[in-house]
Amino acid sequence: MSKRNTILFWILAIGILLLFAIDMGVGSVDITPSDIWATLFGNASDQIKSKIIIDIRLTKAIVAILAGAALSVSGLQMQTLFRNPLAGPYVLGVSSGASLGVAIFILGAPLLGLGGKSLLSSIGVAGAAWIGAASILAMVASVSRRIKDIMVILILGMMVSSAVSAIVQVLQYMSHEEALKSFIVWTMGSLGDVTLSQLWLVAAAVIAGLVISISVIKPLNLLLLGEAYAHTMGLNIERTRMLILLSTTLLAGTITAFCGPIGFIGLAIPHVARILFHDADHRTLMPAAAMTGAVALLICDIISKMLILPINTITALLGIPIVIWVVIRQKNIV
Amino acid sequence: MIRFETLTLGYGNRTLIKELSGQINGGALTALVGRNGTGKSTLLRAIAGIGQPYSGKIMLAGQDIQTMSPASLSTTISFVTTDKVRIANLRSRDVVALGRAPYTNWIGRMQALDRKIVDEALASVGMSDYADKTMDQMSDGECQRIMIARALAQQTPIILLDEPTAFLDMPNRYELCSLLSRLAHDEHKCIVFSTHELDIALELCDAVALIAPPQVHILPTDEMIQSGHIERLFSSDIISFNPATRTVKVKGR
Repeated sequence: MSKRNTILFWILAIGILLLFAIDMGVGSVDITPSDIWATLFGNASDQIKSKIIIDIRLTKAIVAILAGAALSVSGLQMQTLFRNPLAGPYVLGVSSGASLGVAIFILGAPLLGLGGKSLLSSIGVAGAAWIGAASILAMVASVSRRIKDIMVILILGMMVSSAVSAIVQVLQYMSHEEALKSFIVWTMGSLGDVTLSQLWLVAAAVIAGLVISISVIKPLNLLLLGEAYAHTMGLNIERTRMLILLSTTLLAGTITAFCGPIGFIGLAIPHVARILFHDADHRTLMPAAAMTGAVALLICDIISKMLILPINTITALLGIPIVIWVVIRQKNIV
Repeated sequence: MIRFETLTLGYGNRTLIKELSGQINGGALTALVGRNGTGKSTLLRAIAGIGQPYSGKIMLAGQDIQTMSPASLSTTISFVTTDKVRIANLRSRDVVALGRAPYTNWIGRMQALDRKIVDEALASVGMSDYADKTMDQMSDGECQRIMIARALAQQTPIILLDEPTAFLDMPNRYELCSLLSRLAHDEHKCIVFSTHELDIALELCDAVALIAPPQVHILPTDEMIQSGHIERLFSSDIISFNPATRTVKVKGR
């Protein structure tokens, strides 16, 4: 690795630590660095403040790092797999699958007279989203075993997404205001809905997804040249595709389930990493995308807390200019 | 080196090649010629193990390719496709280094030997000075040479190339084919490439495989010229092939 890139990795690492600390300090309640210090090292005097610090601030900051890394790494894999710079973690229908799950849960169940204390409500919004995302991805994966052409799979993913959003719209149209509002709030995304006990689950799923991503670094490098080349260099294409789909479910599927569909991070951050590191090798790009993603989502979280806006609006406003720039500059990036 | 046993191959319901039996030799450069859509790419892809299903057998050094694992196939055959590889930030050296994939570990770590082989591959296509350039800054001819260096780094006894001269100008076409001829003879490789350049094929190749649907004739170049297959395939109302001069002429001039 070049000296320049080593320095960049250090800058990102320090950036994550700094932003993590700043993120802990920002919020509606005034909390000083000494409060945080006292709580984390076990001699807090104010019980309410220390509860806010651990249950809300700390959890949320960790979720921001996990979500940023997860979405960026799955976006990077999708862009290489589809050889398309505008692919992101949601191209295969992860977010539409999740929103279908949530729509059926929040909007559909009351329409059918279910709800309240039924079996359905015990799954929770996150569970419904996860089931939705995983089932759409399983469907796409099963099709992709039989179809050789990766572009066909991309188009199928897009068509499934459109079909699903049509169904979701039907459900929205028929629903009551109350249910509609809670659905819309979910679509805006939030890093703060993850509870401390759920955090373990999110962290475990994201780490499992990242481990699988690391195992496909060499296959991803081979896929840069296209599937024909990758195949003649001994790559098992079907197995690689399944691993990438599995890691996308674990990474983007989990984050979407617990935080809502957070847009543009997965699409834009891999490009930022490529620009920063001047490299196409996934041995550099993958950690670079993960760390850049963590930095980006911490910044978005800090801004969203200061302006009291949903996280999704911030990621869109920061991400869209990058995407437009990529389209205009359109070189063959992947 | 490559032996076909009653190979029948096609696309959907269409049979392109029927019951081909024959052999392509090692240590020689073989041109695969034929009209558009007669199955040149399909045949190459079948040999590389990435094509449509077919009947019959393709044997490489005595082994049926359908019984070979992707890993052992990748150390026997390398393939230069028509895909354009122009990825920003991807240096030529990195592209050539990918050719070492069958030999490197799970994350693709390059050993000193691998690096030496990559440098040699770049040198043998005359691209050592371009090692640190990215491919989006290079011409078609230069990119094609890098892709050939990648195939060389894969160290396979067989190299297949699908229309490597397609986007090149005249001097580049001849240079590229002389390079392939040199590699075939000096490094004793079996090199097969498809092409529409009949004159280059007849001048620089040791053997010619000619697809006259649904048959394929594989003959040493001189025999191919005398055989009359070329006239039958390429002559039309407008042009004719003259075996004596090995050239194509427009009729009535």
